[in-house]
Amino acid sequence: MSTERDLPLEAEVVGRVEESSTIFTLSLRLVDTEQHEAYRFEAGQFNMLYLYGVGEIPVSIADDPEQPGYLQHTIRVVGRVTGGLAALREGDRIGLRGPFGRGWPMATLPGSNILVVTGGLGCAPVLPVIKQLINHRERYNRVAILQGVKHSDDMIWRERYARWAALADTQVLLAADVADANWTGLRGQVTALFERLELETANTVALICGPEPMMLASVENLLARGYRADHIWLSMERNMQCAVGHCGHCQYGEAFICKNGPVFAYPEIRQQLGVRGI
Amino acid sequence: MDIPGFLPRQQFGELLQVLERSGYRCVGPVLRDGAIAYTEIASVNELPAGVMMQTRPGSVRATVTQLPRYFSWANGPQALKPLLFSPRETLWQVSRGDQGQLAFSESIDTPSPTAVIGVRSCDLAALRLQDQHFLQGEYSDPWYAARRNSLLLVAVNCTHPDETCFCASTGDGPDAETGFDLLLDELDSGFVVRPGSEVGNRLCADLPLQPVRADQLLKVDHARQAARDAQTRTLPAGDLCDALTERHAHPRWAEVAERCLSCGSCTQVCPTCFCNSEHDEARLDGASSEHVRQWDSCFTEGHSYIHGLVVRKEVRHRYRQWLTHKLGTWHRQYGRSGCVGCGRCIAWCPVGIDICEEVSAVLGDSDVY
Repeated sequence: MSTERDLPLEAEVVGRVEESSTIFTLSLRLVDTEQHEAYRFEAGQFNMLYLYGVGEIPVSIADDPEQPGYLQHTIRVVGRVTGGLAALREGDRIGLRGPFGRGWPMATLPGSNILVVTGGLGCAPVLPVIKQLINHRERYNRVAILQGVKHSDDMIWRERYARWAALADTQVLLAADVADANWTGLRGQVTALFERLELETANTVALICGPEPMMLASVENLLARGYRADHIWLSMERNMQCAVGHCGHCQYGEAFICKNGPVFAYPEIRQQLGVRGI
Repeated sequence: MDIPGFLPRQQFGELLQVLERSGYRCVGPVLRDGAIAYTEIASVNELPAGVMMQTRPGSVRATVTQLPRYFSWANGPQALKPLLFSPRETLWQVSRGDQGQLAFSESIDTPSPTAVIGVRSCDLAALRLQDQHFLQGEYSDPWYAARRNSLLLVAVNCTHPDETCFCASTGDGPDAETGFDLLLDELDSGFVVRPGSEVGNRLCADLPLQPVRADQLLKVDHARQAARDAQTRTLPAGDLCDALTERHAHPRWAEVAERCLSCGSCTQVCPTCFCNSEHDEARLDGASSEHVRQWDSCFTEGHSYIHGLVVRKEVRHRYRQWLTHKLGTWHRQYGRSGCVGCGRCIAWCPVGIDICEEVSAVLGDSDVY
């Protein structure tokens, strides 16, 4: 017998937001109401989205796991499937399998300072975490949210960042390697923002997602600042086709990123992080 | 269980008849295009009588002799893997309605019961690894499971290991010890037959078996020992995960990449390689599409493609990935090495790259690179 892990469910596009010239967000509703009501996910998990006649891709769920409404997926146009998904409009239908993978270590976060470090579209897989930090602000100590982009034009969710920056004990720092004249954040890489952190190192958990060189630089920087290796978590990415650990593409050392990850504690992937060609 | 009987060569055809009467279609080895291939057979006359193979790195040659035996060879490029993990199959179909609605439907075969005759010990070991991968993890693959559940296995102990074989070194042969329904040892005069399951017991009851003589059992023992002794290749034992991972910058990876064509033949003939890719085949009328899975290889560029970049652009990274996975990280994933010593990757490599030699070269230096 096949299950919803094997066979996509029909989903309808109920909203589409143009985030930037290359990034868009699709809001999805499972067409079968019962399936939609029953659908649950954890922060950091992903779905396989299927574009009719073209193929499937993994996309993280950029939404609040505790208040699942329509399922939000923020996507950058890079290939055939994402190019096709970008052209969808409200009412269009796609397929959805999921959720898959091991997400962020939410159960271990209460009582700690939380440092979120993201680069580019790495902001999407941690959005569910940020939503939960805000929903239950009293459970966590200080929160810092750092986001870096190559060009300031790529900085999406500016309103969100401004809203979060206004919250108590919450620091939001933005960086762009290249920026236009109106840019008020840092000009440079996201790691340069670490200088401005107002967090105690000892009791801080870092959640990192972005391009691998950015994640490696962040880890090295945080370790040098005295962060505990097992307090650093990273969301990894590789080619994924089945999402259930069978197709072999997402192997990263001994891990299948689709089922053992995508989120890993740094010590779990220390051997291969930053090694070319793994 | 496990009380052997003797099936005279003249009555070997009874085995196929008993299997067919029990509802099985029979798949067995034949000589095709100069190699052993497993295909549906209707008679024992189709088996490769007298065929012997001369196999070396990058070379496989068949000779047909007048000898009576059917199984005087070690293996062919494929055995069980394509019968279970299909080289190409449709996973599901989707049809699109007038309003763009999508209806997904599964596409899972209900395969007819299949008896495979002539399975080797290395292939049984590989089957256990494929079972682990596709069935025994968190997710069970329904397409593999359907075929696996309809399989009956008639193993034949290997008496003629190739020069490329090293199953004795990996502990996966040449004797089959478990995982079969029937086990045969071939002698000139016939077969010593042992059941390995309840189904095997029932089949034995239907076969015209004679009591086995002590001299026949002695000959079987000698043949088994000779098959072990004939193997000259060895693979370094144990969990090589850390040793190989630490040597990710070893110069041997670049050296072997000078010879490796990155053709992926090794992964296609490997009985444990499981990588597969998925793609869509849309009908021209636009009304439906099939989602297809087919074998893939870590030696292709597409295998490591990710949003616009190829992670393993260089051949040395691909060879390193294959070998480090097969002999290293496989231990952490499945509790043992992914190599069963069948030697196919050596024989069918167009340039004769030898996995035993390569891993020894990487591990051999005392300096860790």
